[in-house]
Amino acid sequence: MTFPLQDLLTILPELIVIGTACLILALDPILEATKKDVLAWLTLGALAMCIGLTSSQMTGRVSAFSGMVVIDAYAAFWKLLLYIVTGLTVLLSLAYLKAERLSIGEYYGFILLALAGMMVMVSGADLLTIYLGTELMSLSLYVMAGLKRTEARSLEASAKYFVLGAFSSGVLLYGISLLFGLAGSTGLSAIAAAITAHGTGDPLLSLALVLLAVGFGFKMAVVPFHMWTPDVYQGAPTSVTAFMAVASKAASFGAFLRVFVEGLGAASADWSVLFTVVCLATLALGNLVAIVQTNIKRMLAYSSIAHAGYALIGVVVAGGHSGEGASTGFASVLLYIAIYSFMTLGAFALVGMLRKEGQESDQIEDYAGLAKREPLAAFFMLVFLVSLAGIPPTAGFIGKFYIFMAAVNGGMTWLAIVAVIFAAISAFYYLRIVMVMYMREAEGSIATHSRLETSPALSLVLACALAGVVLLGLFPNGLWSLASQAAPLLK
Amino acid sequence: MDHIFFFYFAAVIAATSLLVVALRNPVYSALSLLIMFFHVAGLYVTLHAEFLAAVQIVVYAGAILVLYLFVVMLLSIKSEERYHSQLPVAGLLGVMLCTEVILLFIQSRTGAAAPAAADPIAGPGNTEMIGEALYSTYLFPFEVASLILLVAMIGAIILAKKDINEPVQ
Repeated sequence: MTFPLQDLLTILPELIVIGTACLILALDPILEATKKDVLAWLTLGALAMCIGLTSSQMTGRVSAFSGMVVIDAYAAFWKLLLYIVTGLTVLLSLAYLKAERLSIGEYYGFILLALAGMMVMVSGADLLTIYLGTELMSLSLYVMAGLKRTEARSLEASAKYFVLGAFSSGVLLYGISLLFGLAGSTGLSAIAAAITAHGTGDPLLSLALVLLAVGFGFKMAVVPFHMWTPDVYQGAPTSVTAFMAVASKAASFGAFLRVFVEGLGAASADWSVLFTVVCLATLALGNLVAIVQTNIKRMLAYSSIAHAGYALIGVVVAGGHSGEGASTGFASVLLYIAIYSFMTLGAFALVGMLRKEGQESDQIEDYAGLAKREPLAAFFMLVFLVSLAGIPPTAGFIGKFYIFMAAVNGGMTWLAIVAVIFAAISAFYYLRIVMVMYMREAEGSIATHSRLETSPALSLVLACALAGVVLLGLFPNGLWSLASQAAPLLK
Repeated sequence: MDHIFFFYFAAVIAATSLLVVALRNPVYSALSLLIMFFHVAGLYVTLHAEFLAAVQIVVYAGAILVLYLFVVMLLSIKSEERYHSQLPVAGLLGVMLCTEVILLFIQSRTGAAAPAAADPIAGPGNTEMIGEALYSTYLFPFEVASLILLVAMIGAIILAKKDINEPVQ
């Protein structure tokens, strides 16, 4: 009944995150309303410590708490990405919460608790831990989506997210219970061993596979499980939307890959067919529906659905191969999600802070003539949109390039061609906003025009996101070597 | 002795289950459900599943039933008239279930012997064993689950709190 101190040391980053979250929850009531910024700085301090600690865990594979948690380069890759994204979200929230006049100290506590859930997800080596991590993340996000309580849309987003999320958790749990029945254990390695022993023909396995795919599909927001995404992304406070679109998607991909490769790798022939269909549907629907959106948050929601589709190409390609081919495929997924994080976060940061009369101006119409009013903001938006469209020399191009190369090298050239066609379609709706910003004159009186509410924190977020998008576009080698170092650890 | 207890519990379970659907007042139905839950827990005790019995009472009688009662009282449903339209569906399902029970009964008479009941668990009581597993092998998930409860609790308070939009100076 004792456990070695070593186990506690391996989860030290998690402990720091949770400890800081509890500290914030305790400090919040005794802090004056004007001094709530301290909580954000506390959060950033904790994240900085975690970055240091996790960077030292990049080598080897340590298993702790009787195989429930595993710390390896793969988990470390996701965790580092999550820390950076969370840090940027905290900075964005610092500006955004002030602009929205929301003074909720618990907000930062919830961000950290959601982060803790994500960390548990990506380093879980047991379906039980992964499921609980997912729940911890989702539950925190449900609350955060509803924080703008004066707006019915925010509450609707929270309720909708909660109901659909609870439903998808149920489906996920059902799949897990079937796998437990099949393997007699929830450990990923035990499940892999059981599948190898029994063969993949078992209908129970196929059913469990489908249910797990549905459960994770909801969390990753891929078609046909994307229905909640536009409404929730639109209704939630924009800083929370950015966090959901980026961090929760990254963590879900991290856990999803771990489960399907380490646990269900032997059945990869089955699931790669399944995900080919999902991937094509996601690419088609995400890109086509984004065209007709008039609200930029909804458009970015559909764009985030479409980007999950591009990432799935890497999964499909890797699922059809073993050894070197699989590793390259998975590495391209990691790279893609990391790049996606920077550009999406930057775009959402701008959307949240472009405001008129104290309101967010989230209609695409509001961006008319932005280049004249706010040349710098328009330029930043231009870079993020160009990157989302995948045009060189931005990082978005690099991400798509590695994914398509993996597909071509993996003998799935047709999939790469389909994806390129959809990427061309996506350029239409991204560049339409650029067109609106640069070519169209603003109509109506000057007072109703949206302006960027600047603050040092926001500038820092935008600078980091821009640096990510530009530098990763010009020098992707560092990130690629990290990703290709992490990916082979999935086995 | 075991048989006496079994028949007592089984009879009460059957009777109260019928009352749940037969009584017109939903509050009485919920209370019969409560009695049924307690007797199901009693059945578990006769099977030496003490932990399951305790969970049955804590979770079903303690939490789920209270939730039912809250909903019934909040919506102040006086009679169950709106459910009468479901009679055809309920009838069909009832007939199907009855057929299944009869088939199973016939099968157990004519077919191979029914599997023997599980042996009582040897060694330390199952509550101790579950406790030990929770605090050793499953310590990590157990702690994560406790965090989930923390989030649910604080989240509910935040979403229900009144003065959330104080202006920032």
